[in-house]
Amino acid sequence: MKKTVLYDAHVALDAQMVDFGGFLMPLIYTSITEEHNYVREKAGIFDVSHMGEFYIKGKEAGKFVDYIFTNDVSSMVDGQVLYGMMLYPTGGVVDDLLVYKVHNEFYIMVVNASNADKDFAWATEQQKFDCVLTNESDNISEVALQGPLAEEILQKLTDYDLSTLTFFTFSMMLINGKNVLVSRTGYTGEDGFEIYGYETEIKEIWKEILEAGGENIAPAGLGCRDTLRFEVALPLYGNELSKDITPLEAGLASISVRLEAGDFIGKDVLVKQKAEKTKRRIVGLKLIDKGILRHGYEIFKDGTKVGEITTGYRSPSTGETVAMAMIDRPFDKRGTELEVQIRNKMKKVVVRNKKFYTKSYKEN
Amino acid sequence: MSKIVEGLFYTNTHEWVKVEDGFAFIGITDYAQESLGEIVFIELPEEDDSLEKGEELGAIESVKAASDILSPITGTVVEINESLEDEPELLNTDAFTNWIVKVELSDESELEKLLNAEQYKEICE
Repeated sequence: MKKTVLYDAHVALDAQMVDFGGFLMPLIYTSITEEHNYVREKAGIFDVSHMGEFYIKGKEAGKFVDYIFTNDVSSMVDGQVLYGMMLYPTGGVVDDLLVYKVHNEFYIMVVNASNADKDFAWATEQQKFDCVLTNESDNISEVALQGPLAEEILQKLTDYDLSTLTFFTFSMMLINGKNVLVSRTGYTGEDGFEIYGYETEIKEIWKEILEAGGENIAPAGLGCRDTLRFEVALPLYGNELSKDITPLEAGLASISVRLEAGDFIGKDVLVKQKAEKTKRRIVGLKLIDKGILRHGYEIFKDGTKVGEITTGYRSPSTGETVAMAMIDRPFDKRGTELEVQIRNKMKKVVVRNKKFYTKSYKEN
Repeated sequence: MSKIVEGLFYTNTHEWVKVEDGFAFIGITDYAQESLGEIVFIELPEEDDSLEKGEELGAIESVKAASDILSPITGTVVEINESLEDEPELLNTDAFTNWIVKVELSDESELEKLLNAEQYKEICE
């Protein structure tokens, strides 16, 4: 099992550690709800050093990334971040990821830890361009500072005017003298930053951010990372996305796919699927009866299976028992009453939108 | 270090049984509530339901996951702790005073096969 550079810090904080994507990661420090509320109301800091980073360098770096990535890389400007996916020729998802454009001949891909090896093998297989693809995951550590007070806290540690760093852009900057990459991105639905650097730098920055934040910040574990991303309907690979689910079925086409731009692997399947309309899609569900909805529970209409829950929780922010679920059409329409099987009992659910909580990004 | 109460019977799946006035009260241990984390929902059986030793008696949902409660004994449910339906978090507050079901035992000799506090303590270490 791999450990991140912050492992000792987590243990010192008495975190409950779990295996996640081959890494020993903090699940909970104090409680999921408490950490969740810190991120929604003040700020939280996550160790996300397990994430994978690939460098693509060379003359045709952009062309290569565009070929394996669903979003439009050709439209990117230097310092921009784009969300999208790598697809199999079937249209199923290899992984969802962020692409950072440093300049025309240098791109960075940030991928899920649990998929990093698979992604690297897949990308390497498709690499027939004049560029070099390297896996930098072991060299780069990362923390995510998220929450409405994120900017105020990070500003204490840098002369860079963070108000000029807009949503989904990044820059190299000095954080307490350490030159690191900072992007205005995240996975919580709140404003915030993701900070990439070498092990020693990130180890110091973690400590410095916690000190700078004082009572307004808490270390946040993977437990609340999942409840936070869930409430704003951000997908998790393995739940809302998989090799058997296309971005259209996941309802993520508008933010991750540009069919009108250049070619990419899997595009023809998406074009066809868009024309014919998908047979199923991810929707929101609300439980009418009592209980909690969980990943994998089956959904029925009049005794026939019509779908499955992809992620479910009692929302820490709203207290509602809700879920995201992959549902066959036409049972995906809002207000449709369906049944969920929870431990051999059928309980009532109703289809709703999947905005369980409203995002508050700094989009300008 | 989680709390263990002397004089109760325990299972290796972290339930406890307390016998009082000929009835058995079943709950989950402090160790169980601690590892579950914040409990947000409990699914209880109904009165008159029969319970089989080792079978599912109900379920507890924490923020992060669902977990079965296994019945340590065979018997019939005579009462459920209804306050847990509205306030399942009471199990986090005190797992030993908040029993889950009150049961009429079918076979008292089953109790002898359960763990005592000392034996249970070893499991939690």
